Amino acid sequence: MDTSNNSTTNTATNTNTNAAASDTWTLGGRTLQSRFLLGTAGYPSPAILQQAIAASGAQVVTVGLRRQLAAGTPGSPASDFFAIVKATGAHLLPNTAGCRTAREAITLAQMARELFDTHWIKLEVVGDEHTLQPDPFELVDAARQLVKDGFEVFPYCTDDLVSCQRLLDVGCKILMPWGAPIGSGQGLVNPGALRTLRARLPGVPLIVDAGIGSPADAVQAMELGLDGVLLNTAVAKALNPVRMARAFGLGIQAGRLAYVSGVMAKQDMAVASTPVAGHPILL
Amino acid sequence: MTIAVTVNGAPHTTTARTLAQWVEQQGQSQQAVATALNSQFVPRALRATQALADGDTIVTFQPIEGG
Repeated sequence: MDTSNNSTTNTATNTNTNAAASDTWTLGGRTLQSRFLLGTAGYPSPAILQQAIAASGAQVVTVGLRRQLAAGTPGSPASDFFAIVKATGAHLLPNTAGCRTAREAITLAQMARELFDTHWIKLEVVGDEHTLQPDPFELVDAARQLVKDGFEVFPYCTDDLVSCQRLLDVGCKILMPWGAPIGSGQGLVNPGALRTLRARLPGVPLIVDAGIGSPADAVQAMELGLDGVLLNTAVAKALNPVRMARAFGLGIQAGRLAYVSGVMAKQDMAVASTPVAGHPILL
Repeated sequence: MTIAVTVNGAPHTTTARTLAQWVEQQGQSQQAVATALNSQFVPRALRATQALADGDTIVTFQPIEGG
């Protein structure tokens, strides 16, 4: 059974009928309908990547750079990948994965701007090998320079309020706090910190990036009032990446719709939902 | 004249006089690769005037999948 085609068809139907799909937002000067940003790494094949992007509804996809000099001939894996990603029409968000210092990240960002022809950059500067935790100090240094150089910086950052404020101070307009370590699938390990960021930084696009495991995690992030979700592994490593891409797309829409609709307050005790006034006590 | 350079960490010899010539000699289009010379980014437009010298370190980057 070709499940991928079914998923693609269903996505198109969904986009036309779901009220959440009309909830547009602005990111880096672009108006977007989807709040799902999808990574392109680790899929079983380029064809499945292509189908997963379509099924997700994502309008922003992340890409990377590698130190290499591969044959640039059509049909090579590298050229296939780039052609597929470009053909989706999604905005490209190159990353600086693997950088340990501001200097490295700045150089890689300059290369990414030239190769991918975009001034958007997902700024990653890692400070710890085991958790791949962003280094907040190098991150701020790199962001300061890149903003001066005309980049739209999407910093992959921790959920610490003050380091997020420092990133805004140096000119970042978007923040991408982690949910959990990259690729861990732990979900939101500190929802309280994300709630604090939302409360203290109203109007700043907040995209939870990394650590998302299941669509329930994405729903939770959106219900907290975050503006978008960026993930890769949870889709790429799913048994069926194309269907999982759609599941995340639906979850992100549902979570957003719930946030704007106002989730009810929790109560300590039962509150009868069926009106009972006027009923006889005994039948 | 042949010079010895390091390319992406490996020894390499070339007769190219400029970075643009070197990229061309690798069979690459100028658009397919980003370059740095001695750890400094060299934009595409400046490769033709970027001379190469013995002992230079060239690094090239290309698009890959990413998260």
